[in-house]
Amino acid sequence: MINVHDKHKPLTFIEKTYLPAIVSGVLLTSRHFFVNLTRHILRAFGVKLKNMAAVTIQYPEFLRPLFPRLRTMHRLTRREDGTPRCVACMMCETVCPAKCIYIIADEKLENPQIEKMPRSFDIDLGLCVFCGYCVEACPEDAIRMDTGILEISNYTRNGMILDLETMLSLEPMSSRYVQYDRGGEVVSADYIDERHRSDA
Amino acid sequence: MPVLSANHAVINALSILPTFSETLTNVLFMVLGAVIITGLAALLALVSVYLERKVSAHMQDRLGPMEVNTEIPILKNIGHGWAQTLADAFKLLLKEDIVPAAADKKLHLLAPFIVFAATLAAFAVLPFGRNLIPSDLNVGVFYLIAISSFVVVGIILAGWASNNKWSLLGAMRSAAQIVSFEIPASVSVLVVIMAVGSLNLGEIVEFQEGGIHRWLIWRFFPFNLLAFFIFFVASLAELNRAPFDLPEAESEIIAGFHTEYSGMKFAMFFLAEYANMFLVGVIISTLFLGGWSSPFGSFLNSAPFQVFWVFVKSFAIIFVHMWLRWTLPRVRVDQLMYTSWKVLTPFAFVSMLGVGLWMILIQ
Repeated sequence: MINVHDKHKPLTFIEKTYLPAIVSGVLLTSRHFFVNLTRHILRAFGVKLKNMAAVTIQYPEFLRPLFPRLRTMHRLTRREDGTPRCVACMMCETVCPAKCIYIIADEKLENPQIEKMPRSFDIDLGLCVFCGYCVEACPEDAIRMDTGILEISNYTRNGMILDLETMLSLEPMSSRYVQYDRGGEVVSADYIDERHRSDA
Repeated sequence: MPVLSANHAVINALSILPTFSETLTNVLFMVLGAVIITGLAALLALVSVYLERKVSAHMQDRLGPMEVNTEIPILKNIGHGWAQTLADAFKLLLKEDIVPAAADKKLHLLAPFIVFAATLAAFAVLPFGRNLIPSDLNVGVFYLIAISSFVVVGIILAGWASNNKWSLLGAMRSAAQIVSFEIPASVSVLVVIMAVGSLNLGEIVEFQEGGIHRWLIWRFFPFNLLAFFIFFVASLAELNRAPFDLPEAESEIIAGFHTEYSGMKFAMFFLAEYANMFLVGVIISTLFLGGWSSPFGSFLNSAPFQVFWVFVKSFAIIFVHMWLRWTLPRVRVDQLMYTSWKVLTPFAFVSMLGVGLWMILIQ
């Protein structure tokens, strides 16, 4: 209807009146408006819909689903006996491009087989670039970035430093992750839908 | 004789008294009416701003304001950020009023009052129902056209007094635009006046009573329909709304004539703009869409429903205004002038001539 591809082709008289363009534009916005309005009204009456009416996610109340590969705040894993899996090999500290990991090693007296453990393990999140190299470099699977915590803020620079106890206490937060089926399709897409519905 | 004349003077003086009290009552009623109209205009502006934000949000797959609700028990569950514009109005009331050092202080202060007063003055003749015309002038249409052109004085004043090049550019654009579009708008109003034979807004509506087929938009087909479209487009331009929002084109001249306004003075421009939208909605519905009369003849045509129909029709017009604003891009200045002088004005005259010939030849 409207010539957009060939810039050199002169506009016809009908196109020069801009009426076809205006009409198609108005139809486009009205389609969006009335479809969204219908969805909002249906949702208000409790009808479960496949599609969302608005792409907006009301952030602090509702959280966006996180993808499994997303790198979020660090945590340290534990052995079966509850001691840190970390052996203070300094691989992560060495590989860290931001130089934000500070490990002080200690002897692991209760288990001579393991030999070393961290006395302190600090990560300065104010410097961290979330590259994930520490996770890749770790030979013991002791550090992971799967807590799902993205909202990292503090009033002081010192508050940005994560210590050993904090990182050991963090848990993986799988509930915020999107679930996929074998074809790579998102399974739990109505996750946001549910959260929005509870608002209405 | 001198005694008699003295008595006469006393009687004359006494005879003034009831007149004076009548005058006082009249003044009181006028003040009351003015307060009601001001309140109504402010309320409608707040509602329209909220509506505009929600309409634009739904057109762009967003949610719009959702956060500002109240804790008042009954109103608590409405949600959807209904109190947002109320909060914005309070914020604007409390904000610092900055006047630029280089500005002409008196004129800078005067400009928003002129714009707001002109808008409110136009509300005085709007027919909300058969017995609900605040001031039933026999030259109502003429008064409306005259008083709504008065807004441009305030806008030019604002642009000039701000002593800012963007303000001045916006004001000049606004003046050029409103003056240009006044002509097709007035000519298309003339079509209605010719059809009805009266300048009284009440009589124009009474002429259209009796159902949707009696509305002036269908008379002298297609000439009145053409006049309706011309008046609608011209009203968009006179309201400085997209696609004709050149006076406030934010990508080119910041905010046009109200660049240097803040706080309550800005709020007055803002409220006047949205009150003007409602004004135009009522004018269009009065002139072409049957005003207060019900589209179903005498069904649902009692006094409260007359107010209801006026509001439904004008908000429908406001909705179309918003619809176009969030659809169409801004036109260039030359395109704007082209639209007015080379398209709308000739077609408005065609429509007027058509109606005139129709009246002479057929009736």
